Amino acid sequence: MSEQAVSLPSPRLPAVPGVAVALAGLSLLFAMASPGFLTTANLSNVLVQSVVLLLLALPMTLIIMTEGLDLSMGAVLTLASLVLALIVVSTQSLTLALAGALGVGLAFGLVNGWLIAGLSIPPFVATLGTLGAAQGLALIVSDGQSVVGIPRFVRQVYSGNVLGVPTPILIGAGFYALLHVLLYRSRFGSYVCALGGNRDALTLAGVRWKRLLVAVYMLGGAMAGVAALLMTARINAGHPTAAIGMEFDAIAAVALGGTSFEKGNGWLFGTLFGVLTVGVLRNGLNLMAVPSSVQVACIGALVIVALLIDGMRRTRS
Amino acid sequence: MSLASDLSQRAAGLHVSREVRQLAYRLLAVALLCAALSLATEAFFTTNNILNVLRQASLLFFLASGLTLVILTGGLDLSIGANIGLSACFAATVIKATGSPALGTLTGLATGLAIGVCNGLMVAKLRIPSFIATYGMLWVLHGITYYYMAGETIHGFPPGFRQIGSGYVLGIPIPVYLMLAFLLAGTLFAQRTVWGQQIYAIGANPVSARLSGIPVDRRLILVYAFSGAMAGVASIVFLARLNSAEGDIGEAMTLPAIAAVLIGGASLFGGVGSVFGTFIGALILTLVLNGMNLLAVNANWQPLVTGLIVVFAVWLDMRGRRNA
Repeated sequence: MSEQAVSLPSPRLPAVPGVAVALAGLSLLFAMASPGFLTTANLSNVLVQSVVLLLLALPMTLIIMTEGLDLSMGAVLTLASLVLALIVVSTQSLTLALAGALGVGLAFGLVNGWLIAGLSIPPFVATLGTLGAAQGLALIVSDGQSVVGIPRFVRQVYSGNVLGVPTPILIGAGFYALLHVLLYRSRFGSYVCALGGNRDALTLAGVRWKRLLVAVYMLGGAMAGVAALLMTARINAGHPTAAIGMEFDAIAAVALGGTSFEKGNGWLFGTLFGVLTVGVLRNGLNLMAVPSSVQVACIGALVIVALLIDGMRRTRS
Repeated sequence: MSLASDLSQRAAGLHVSREVRQLAYRLLAVALLCAALSLATEAFFTTNNILNVLRQASLLFFLASGLTLVILTGGLDLSIGANIGLSACFAATVIKATGSPALGTLTGLATGLAIGVCNGLMVAKLRIPSFIATYGMLWVLHGITYYYMAGETIHGFPPGFRQIGSGYVLGIPIPVYLMLAFLLAGTLFAQRTVWGQQIYAIGANPVSARLSGIPVDRRLILVYAFSGAMAGVASIVFLARLNSAEGDIGEAMTLPAIAAVLIGGASLFGGVGSVFGTFIGALILTLVLNGMNLLAVNANWQPLVTGLIVVFAVWLDMRGRRNA
């Protein structure tokens, strides 16, 4: 492995964009099954609702490219949302509240990164531990209750629009562009790729990769903080179990998008498709009145299929 | 070659002494916890509470003992909590429909086993990393359970069946006997049978295990099947104890089970650990949680503390490996 040169990240399409096929197939299926699916209102709804997931899935792509994983994202998002709600209700200041949410996200990202890079604890166990911690803290700060009375100006963040484009879509597009530049146009991106593919090379080149790894997890935490603002604005409350399990949707979107769990092969554009696929799947199943639990099982099944395809691709190449 | 085997033998010799030393530390931790809790609260050192601790530890141990074998191979099973939920709900349905606790128990065990076999096939045959495969399984099981139960609760089982969870023999709860039986069987299997030793070998070095002719795939499927079956056992005892089945019955059990195995001295990198160590681990974790209860600490702190314990246990293991 160490003899192999690291291929630099590239935004171009892989040979078979399977996720695009899946997205098209699902859309076609739902368009035929449910007349409400193929309407402008519903499609724009899918886009707006997918933004929270996108904000988690984008950094998750980078994390998985480093052969890592962040199982704590859903719980951190929940905690950040509660902190945001508590601050905004008591101080009426969106700036302070957003700072609080970002602080929670960055702190958990720092702890995750330190456990993984500093103490060399396997990522899925380290973040499973911090998942427990964040979930516990969420229950503690909220005392198990919902935080209500979110001011109107917070709700505007989700329901407002600029020149007819919904604000969440602008935020999502902005962060997509930011991560695209980070991953494909900066040295940081090349290092992220090498963190998964060839860590020895980074050591030999004198790169302080442990700091980089911590930065990747902190990026994930910060974006969970941003997602907390959108989610709180959307559900108009802080709730101690609001985003429990959302990390699964994010991991699913990344896996569907063709990012491999080994050797740092990632594709950010694929994650965008993965997020839309999960969004369309949930929306379509909702329209067909399929319960949320079955939706989760469907996503789980889709991920296993995606991993199988990933495995087959690996054996072929 | 002879040098390598010589080195590995010496390493194995060191390992044993290190393991014995670590076990002694853990027993010391149990003693210290007991002493501290006896001093802190009078409610701790009563027959009732001790039996209560043992009964709670037994539920945790059923899950954690199966998981120990998985972790010995260097894998992880995140689906055990969700497995309990589905197995318990299926078992409850069968008991209600047929009135036969035996059939229900069989259903619960079979469901757990079948889920474990699926995990094993995904890991061994499809080569999906174990934590991803079982994580996906977790959500699939959640989905099926919630859909199947549709928010309903099944409750009220025959008194004979409930004895499994809440009955006593000679003043000691029945789950405690079950725990001791599984502790004995698990220890004998892991330490005294060829299959058990092969499981250690796979965890220590999968490549050399394969090259020395161990049927790695079959042993892997076996450990995941065993882990699933033990979740089935836990679901039955849980069901008998709670006298009701809900979809989220085992949801909060996965993290404590992992914590118990890791506190017990097993390494996430495989090849190190024992069923007896896990037993001690389950005891330590239960003592901590029981102590928090007795000292009237809000139950919301429990996941936080469990999470910290997991991270601390893994850190101890990492530090030990660096020094070794």
